[in-house]
Amino acid sequence: MLSVRHLIDTTSLTADDITQILDTAQSFAEINARKGIKKVPALRGRTIVNLFLEPSTRTRSSFELAEKRLSADALNMGGSTSSVVKGESLADTIQTIDAMNVDMFVVRARFAGTPQKVIENTDAIVINAGDGKHQHPTQAMLDLYTMREHFGHLDGLKVAIVGDLAHSRVCGSLAPALKTMGAEVTLVAPPTFQVGDPSWYGCSQTNHLDDVIEEMDVVYMLRVQLERMEGAAIPSRREYNRLYGLSLERESRMKPDAIICHPGPMNRGMEIDAEVADCARSRILDQVTAGVATRMAEMYLLLGGEHNGISN
Amino acid sequence: MAFLIRGAHVVDPQVGLDKVQDVLIEGKVVAAVADALEAPEGATIIDGAGKYLVPGLVDMHVHFRDPGFEHKETIATGSRAAAHGGFTDVATMPNTDPVTDTGAEVRYQIDTAHRVGLVHVRPMGALTRDEKGESLAEIGDMVMEGAAAFSDDGHGVQSAGMMKTCMAYVSQFDRVVCAHCEVESLSGKGVVNSGRTATRLGMFGWPPFAEELEIYRDIELSRSTGCALHICHISTAKGLELVRSAKAEGLRVTCEVTPHHLFLCEDDITDAYNTNLKMNPPLRTAEDAAAMRAGLLDGTIDCVVTDHAPHAAHEKDCEWEIAYFGCVGLETSLPLMLANMVLPGKMSWQRLVEVMAINPRQLLRLKPVRVEAGSAADLTLIDPRRVVHVTPDYLVGKSKNSAFLGLTLMGCATDVFMDGRRTLVDGTVVS
Amino acid sequence: MGDFVPKAAIMDGDAMRRAMTRIAHEICERNEGAENLGIVGIVSRGVPLAEILSAEIAEIEGKRPPVGQLDVSFYRDDIGRHIMPVTHATNVPFSIDGTNVVLVDDVLYTGRTVRSALDALMDLGRPRTVQLAVMIDRGHRELPIRADYVGKNVPSSHNEDVRVRIKAMDGENSVTIWAKDDGKEGGR
Repeated sequence: MLSVRHLIDTTSLTADDITQILDTAQSFAEINARKGIKKVPALRGRTIVNLFLEPSTRTRSSFELAEKRLSADALNMGGSTSSVVKGESLADTIQTIDAMNVDMFVVRARFAGTPQKVIENTDAIVINAGDGKHQHPTQAMLDLYTMREHFGHLDGLKVAIVGDLAHSRVCGSLAPALKTMGAEVTLVAPPTFQVGDPSWYGCSQTNHLDDVIEEMDVVYMLRVQLERMEGAAIPSRREYNRLYGLSLERESRMKPDAIICHPGPMNRGMEIDAEVADCARSRILDQVTAGVATRMAEMYLLLGGEHNGISN
Repeated sequence: MAFLIRGAHVVDPQVGLDKVQDVLIEGKVVAAVADALEAPEGATIIDGAGKYLVPGLVDMHVHFRDPGFEHKETIATGSRAAAHGGFTDVATMPNTDPVTDTGAEVRYQIDTAHRVGLVHVRPMGALTRDEKGESLAEIGDMVMEGAAAFSDDGHGVQSAGMMKTCMAYVSQFDRVVCAHCEVESLSGKGVVNSGRTATRLGMFGWPPFAEELEIYRDIELSRSTGCALHICHISTAKGLELVRSAKAEGLRVTCEVTPHHLFLCEDDITDAYNTNLKMNPPLRTAEDAAAMRAGLLDGTIDCVVTDHAPHAAHEKDCEWEIAYFGCVGLETSLPLMLANMVLPGKMSWQRLVEVMAINPRQLLRLKPVRVEAGSAADLTLIDPRRVVHVTPDYLVGKSKNSAFLGLTLMGCATDVFMDGRRTLVDGTVVS
Repeated sequence: MGDFVPKAAIMDGDAMRRAMTRIAHEICERNEGAENLGIVGIVSRGVPLAEILSAEIAEIEGKRPPVGQLDVSFYRDDIGRHIMPVTHATNVPFSIDGTNVVLVDDVLYTGRTVRSALDALMDLGRPRTVQLAVMIDRGHRELPIRADYVGKNVPSSHNEDVRVRIKAMDGENSVTIWAKDDGKEGGR
């Protein structure tokens, strides 16, 4: 039983919550790895609405697959099919869907705090699939799962999160979750991409990847949104790659057992060189695999925990 | 029409009054103030025992949205809110549609308010045409039609050169320039204070120095042009320090603060993303708020204003980043000041009267109102023991976007006299 | 609602061992040996019972049938009414296609767990046959399910609970019947 009713941010999760999610995900990972039927009837008859108010292919596919493998009925809304873009308010959209009696909302939004607004307008359970620059907790869970699979534990791990931290909901969720699990996080970015207040995360900060790369167990590269280069936060792709890109040379200085993660989609040749993305340390595809299992676990635990009775 | 207010504690430092008096209002003026007065034939007698009688309160920073945004507020509904809050005078900001940048727009507001008859509306004119910051508005024309002060409130005049032209031009009239200080290239997409809160909530920050830099700029422009400068809704301790040293130098610089910057801070913005707390300038740190309270007491801050910013429900019931800035304030300003400052003994009644009546009247270049014979009968009667529950029903204005909904406060206005007419009767606005 | 208190001991370690030996013989007889046989314990107490059964069969046939374990949490029909903490994963390290699978559990009661287990098993492959072995059959079936091999039939009421303890998990082998404390003895 999780201590939260909705999954909105990682700052509300306890270490026990995170451990439960990761343990449960392990069971689902085995189902997903089956040769036979990769599906269980656990959420049969439950209706889950994927409300994607900004475009997303990867997260949405991952959720959809997770729902299907749990035998839930999934309804996709958003993007061009959503009336939100036609001027209907969020509250109206949610109340309209809510009137159809659904069990869960999976919400992806352009703006911070949207999942909270959804909660205010429905009795259904809400999972945040990324809200603005705020949080992306299901991404953090799959990242933690991937790291734990490799190292067997999370406490004491040294993790560098590298890239556009100022605009990153991935960082916003991952850094606190790692901290809760006892890992040590270093935020690496040019000053123009650093978070406003790293003390909120309890992380150290540096502008120099080369200073820390040799100590890290995990180097987590963030995608640099190319459109963010406008406004001169960084001068060019080329310069960013030289200063902060994960090159083979930098990769060669990592600890023998260290791994590389990236939430995708990658800009090969910018934050990560192509050879590095495909090297033995790369856990990028494992992250994608873990995404389905961890999302299954989150939905299973949140929907299953609705009425906590006593087992017979 | 005559009213005799019996036994109220009169506070008016302008005439050295701080004691229980009888006050007689006849016609549009105060007819007599004395220890004991006989009620003339036909006069309405009001029991003032336990209450305070002060010069009518003035809010020199409100948005009545009329014309152009009547779905948020109108001069009529805003006037009701003002009377309900204990005010006799309000200065309306010019960011209407069309922008109040000509004498005709000023005249429209004054005439409309006159017909409504609940509060004196003192329109502020825009500094620049359409508040675009590009060319001078017809400032002289507006002065002649009754504009009380000038401002491009809603945003700062971004070009320092343009602001210098504005202030130089205004300096020929006896009017104050009210500056909304915000360097937009720094505040950018900011929707909360920068730093911890922005990081915690995952939103862009509106940094304090975006305000402070422009305060500094405008102080220097005041020095250069000789124009009286009034800093709108100051929110940072450092900005306040700039005003403090300008005053020490003898410059013609004043400033105002809102109740939300006095009594709320960024920590009040929780994961609930209550958009009624989305302000411009944003709620700052608890330390900043403490500095505001200290500045109000030590005289650095000249007056309390509400920045009354009504917005329709659908403009606030949405995601924080796309919600409108601002909250309504007219009906909570006095109760908040009483409950947080005066009744706990942190602020004297005299100081309250200075910052909510005397100083703003002076800044708007209005004729002083005094509790003495011959003065205009613009008076506010306050019951310090009446309890206010801040609910949507309590708010009589058109919009309900108060940052203080749910609070219970002690003390509020029960009666207001404007030009000798009773606009608020025992807590109810006359219809 | 009262707590459960022990009412009567049903089986001791020796009785349980004898029952397992008997069941092992019955399985060998029915399947004509241990060829093509797989034993699958239902998490949690079916798992050590499956191990014991496999060892007993090895004693008889000289060949140890493979053992797997099955977690049925995701297949239950009562999610939403209670949460099943998932700490025991499914692990069937042999192909069940064409195999004679013996499902093993400690207590057969409503039949719902076995129903879930059948679904879970079918998702793993297509066994030739599925048979069911339980230590205790306490009756009160809610589904048309019966056991092929039973250690002991224990008529019980709904107010009772039959608890099997197994040395590998609980430190001793025993079967006890527990009854709800109806409060007459100073309970709530």
